Amino acid sequence: MAHDPHNPRETALEQYLESRGVDRRSFLKFCTAVTATLALPASFARKVAAAVAADDRPSVIWLHLQECTGDTESFLRASRPTAAEVILDYLSVDYHETIMAAAGHQVEEVRRHTMEQYKGKYIAVVEGGIPTKDGGVYGCIGGHSMVDVVTEVCGNAAATICVGTCSAYGGIQAAAPNPTGAVGVGELLPSIPLVNLPGCPLNAPNLTATIVHFLTFGTLPRTDSLKRPLFAYGKRIHDNCERRAHFDAGQFVERWGDPGHRQGWCLYKMGCKGPATSHNCPQVRWNDGLGWPVGQGHGCVGCSEPGFWDTMGPLYERLPNVPGFGVETTATKVGLGIMAATAAGVAVHGVAKSIQLRAVEKKEGN
Amino acid sequence: MAKKIVVDPITRIEGHLRIEAQVEDGVITDAWSIGTMWRGIEKILVGRDPRDAWYWTQRFCGVCTTVHAMASIRAVEDAVGMTVPLNAELIRNLIMGIQNVQDHVIHFYHLHALDWVDIVSALSADPGATARLAQSVSDWPKSSKTYFKAVQDRVKAFVGTKRLGPFANAYWGHPAYKLPPEANLMGVAHYLEALDWQREVIKVHAILGSKNPHPQTFLAGGISLPVDPDAQNALNADKIAQVRELLVQANAFVEKVYIPYLLAVAPFYLDWAGIGGGVQNYLTFGDFPTAEGQRREDYWLKPGQVRSGAFPDAKPVRAEAIAEYVTHSWYRYAGGDDQGLAPWQGETEPDYTGPKPPYPDKFVSDEDAKYSWVKAPRYEDTPFEVGPLARMVVGYAQGHPEIKAVVDLVLQKLGAPASALFSTLGRTAARGIEALLLSRQNLEWVDLLAENLGRGDTRIQDNARWDPSAWPAEAEGVGFHEAPRGMLSHWIRIKNGEIANYQAVVPSTWNASPRDPKGQRGPYEQALIGTPIADPDQPLEILRTIHSFDPCLACAVHLLDARGREITRVQVL
Repeated sequence: MAHDPHNPRETALEQYLESRGVDRRSFLKFCTAVTATLALPASFARKVAAAVAADDRPSVIWLHLQECTGDTESFLRASRPTAAEVILDYLSVDYHETIMAAAGHQVEEVRRHTMEQYKGKYIAVVEGGIPTKDGGVYGCIGGHSMVDVVTEVCGNAAATICVGTCSAYGGIQAAAPNPTGAVGVGELLPSIPLVNLPGCPLNAPNLTATIVHFLTFGTLPRTDSLKRPLFAYGKRIHDNCERRAHFDAGQFVERWGDPGHRQGWCLYKMGCKGPATSHNCPQVRWNDGLGWPVGQGHGCVGCSEPGFWDTMGPLYERLPNVPGFGVETTATKVGLGIMAATAAGVAVHGVAKSIQLRAVEKKEGN
Repeated sequence: MAKKIVVDPITRIEGHLRIEAQVEDGVITDAWSIGTMWRGIEKILVGRDPRDAWYWTQRFCGVCTTVHAMASIRAVEDAVGMTVPLNAELIRNLIMGIQNVQDHVIHFYHLHALDWVDIVSALSADPGATARLAQSVSDWPKSSKTYFKAVQDRVKAFVGTKRLGPFANAYWGHPAYKLPPEANLMGVAHYLEALDWQREVIKVHAILGSKNPHPQTFLAGGISLPVDPDAQNALNADKIAQVRELLVQANAFVEKVYIPYLLAVAPFYLDWAGIGGGVQNYLTFGDFPTAEGQRREDYWLKPGQVRSGAFPDAKPVRAEAIAEYVTHSWYRYAGGDDQGLAPWQGETEPDYTGPKPPYPDKFVSDEDAKYSWVKAPRYEDTPFEVGPLARMVVGYAQGHPEIKAVVDLVLQKLGAPASALFSTLGRTAARGIEALLLSRQNLEWVDLLAENLGRGDTRIQDNARWDPSAWPAEAEGVGFHEAPRGMLSHWIRIKNGEIANYQAVVPSTWNASPRDPKGQRGPYEQALIGTPIADPDQPLEILRTIHSFDPCLACAVHLLDARGREITRVQVL
C-alpha cells in the first residue's frame, strides 16, 4: 500500500514510530505478516497498523503458574514483532516475573497497582496450570495461592489469553492421576472472556496474531468449541501436512533412518498424531519457519489437544481405534473416518474425559 | 539488630522461589531457600512407555529445554543396553552445546545483568565515551557513537512514556550499583542485542531438533533426524552449512561481546569475588561424548569432584554416593524423614506443613520444621554445588587443557587468585568461560559430524533395541547430563516394557536445597551468609548471589518417583 504524506492519521503514525525507533517499512512488514497469520485480506494491514500504534499501549499482566516457562521462552523467539518490540513498543508488559527487574514486594505492588489503574482494560496472559487441591498449597506466589491470584487477575481483565496447553487445559500436571488437582483457566473461571492458545509450548506467531486481533477489532478471534482461534487451530495437521501425498500413496517410514525416513515419507506408522490434531504447525512452522516436528522426521504428538497426555499416547504407537482408520483402507475412507472421529471429539468434550478415565482404570488395574 | 526479611517472588529466574534471610548490622547472618510450587509429575509417569519419558520430563522445564530429554533417553539406553550411533551423539552434542551457550548468554544479559547494570544511569551516559569504551575492549562492529546514541534515544523514548513495564519499581540508583554510566549504556545495548541474538542462534534447534523451545527429535537409542547427503528431507550438506553459520554467529557474540563486557565490568565488582562462596564443594559427572560407545572418563568434560579446602585436588565420583533428604522438605518418607534415600529407593509423598495461603505477612522458614518443596540431595552426606562453576573448578583442577587456558587468562586479566572463583563473581565468570569454550567446541563437533557423513555413515538409531520386545523383562538405568545449571541425573526402572520407577535428581535441587538432618545448609543458603545488605527494603545483593546460580525451580520441584503411591496426607495448618 502506498504511503500518503497528506493523510494526517499516517503522519501521526510515522511520528509515533519514529519516537519508538521503529522504521515504517519494518512496521508495515510486521503488520502484513500478522494479517497473513490471521488469514485476513491484505487490506486489513492498515487497520492493524493503526491499532498497534495507538498511543495508549495496553497493559499486560503475564502470570506464571504450574509451568516450565517454555511459553515465555517461545515468546522470546517471536520475530514479527520481536519480543523486544512487544515489550518496548507495542504493549506495556507491566508484570512478568521472568523479565522484571524488581523482586519481592515491589513486584507485588506493581501487580496490584496495574490491576487497579487498568481495571477491566488490561490483558491477562496466563502460562501454567492451576493447582486447586488442598486449599491451593501446591502453588503460591508472594504468599497467595495461584487460585487466588488467577481469580483476581483474570477476573478483572478485559480478556485472558491462555498460552500453552497447561493454562488452556491443565497440561502435564493434570495428567492422570493429577496429584495437585491442576486445571486450566477456563475450567476455574468458565465465564470470563478467554482464548486458548494451546501447544507445548505455544507457537509465538499465534500469540502475536491474537494480541493484534484484539487490538484491531476489540474482540477476541473466533474460536472453536475448545476456545482455540480458528485462524490457528481451524484445520488438522494432517490436512496441511507436507507429507500427506506419501500417506495417500501408502508410503510410510518403517524404521528410524530407513530410506523412506530419509526421503520424507509419512510418519503415521511411527506414531504421528497429525490426523487427530488441530494446529497450524505445517504452515507457520517454528523459529521463522526453519523446522517443525514432522518436517524433521518425528511424528506430531498432538500437543494442542486437551488431555493429549492421556488420550494420544504412547508417542510411538499408531493412533488407536479410530473408526474406519487404518493404512490398509483407501485414502478416501480414511479421511472420512478421521473427520467423523475428530468432530465427535470436538463436539463432546466428554469423549476425551472418558478416554482419560479408561486410561486411569487401566493403570490401576495393573 | 537482627531483622528477618522475605523476597517472594524472586524474579528473573525460572519458577517459584522465596528467600527468607536474617539481616544483622547490614549483613546476612542466616538464610532459607524455599520452593513454593509442586507439580507432582512423579505420580504421573508410572506405567507409561519408557520411550515416551523424555517427552514428559522435558516439560519439567522450558528454559532448560533439552536437558531432561537428554538425561531421560540416556537412562533408557543404559537400562536396555542401546548403542547410540555417532551421528546421533554428535547431533545431540550440538543441541546440548548451543543450548548451553544460548542459555548462558540469556542468563547473563536478561536474568542477571540488571543486578549489576543500572538502566537509569545509562540515560546520562555520553555516547561518544561509550563508543570509546566499547572499542577499547572489542572489535565488535556495533560500537559507534551513533549506535549507542540510538540505543540511548530508544530507551529515553521508552522512559518518556512514564510506563516502565518490566523495569518499573526496581532498585535503580541503589548504592550497590558501581558502573559508570557508559558501562551501563553498553550493558543496555547488549541486553537488546542479545534478545535478537538468542532468537537467531537457537535456530540450530529448529534445524536439528524441529523447534525450540522443546525440540522434538530425541529418541531413546538415537535421534529422529535422518541424515543423508543425497536426500532432500534429511540432514545434508546444505543444512550442515546452515547450522555451522549459526554456530559461528553464536561463537562471535560470546568472543566479542559477552566475554569482553564481563571482563570490562568485573573490576568494578571485585569485592564480589569475596562474597557468596557458599558450600565450596563442586561436583560434575562429565558430558559430551566424541566417539561411539565412549567411556564417560573420555568425554570432553570429565567427571570429578573438588571439596572445600582441597582445591586443586580433584577426586573421582561414584553414582552410589548420591542420596536425598526430606527433613526440611514437604514430603514424608515411609521409613522416617531423617534418613537419606538413594535415587533408586526414592519416595515422593507430599506432606505440606507450611502456612495456609494467603500468608503474605508470615515467615515460612523454620529451623525445626519443613519449609520447602525442594528436596535436599547430598553427595556422601555433604552438600555440593553443581553448575558451570563446578565444571570449571573441577576441570581446572584436572588440568583440562581448554578450561585451564581460559580460566588462567581470566584470572590474570582480573589480577585475581584461583580462590576468587569460589564466589558470586566467580560463579558469574565461570558461566561466561564455559559459554566461550562450548561455543568453540560446537564448531569442532559440527565438523566431526560432516566428516562422519562424508564416510557414508547414515545410521541415526539403534533400531535393534527400539521395540520393547527386545528388552529384558526387568532393567534399570541411569542417565547423566551436564545441563546449563549443573549435573543432572535420571534414574529409571523398567518392568515388562513399562516404567516401574523413575527419579530425577536435578541441578537446582542440589543448589536450592534446604537444610539436611545435620542442619547443613544448601548452597543458596550458605552462599547468602555474609552478604552485605545496604537497604533491607531493596535486597539487590540477595538477587546478585541467588541469580549467580541461575535458579530453575520448575526443574527443582519435579523429582520423580513413579511408584504410583497414593497421596496419604496433606497437613494444612
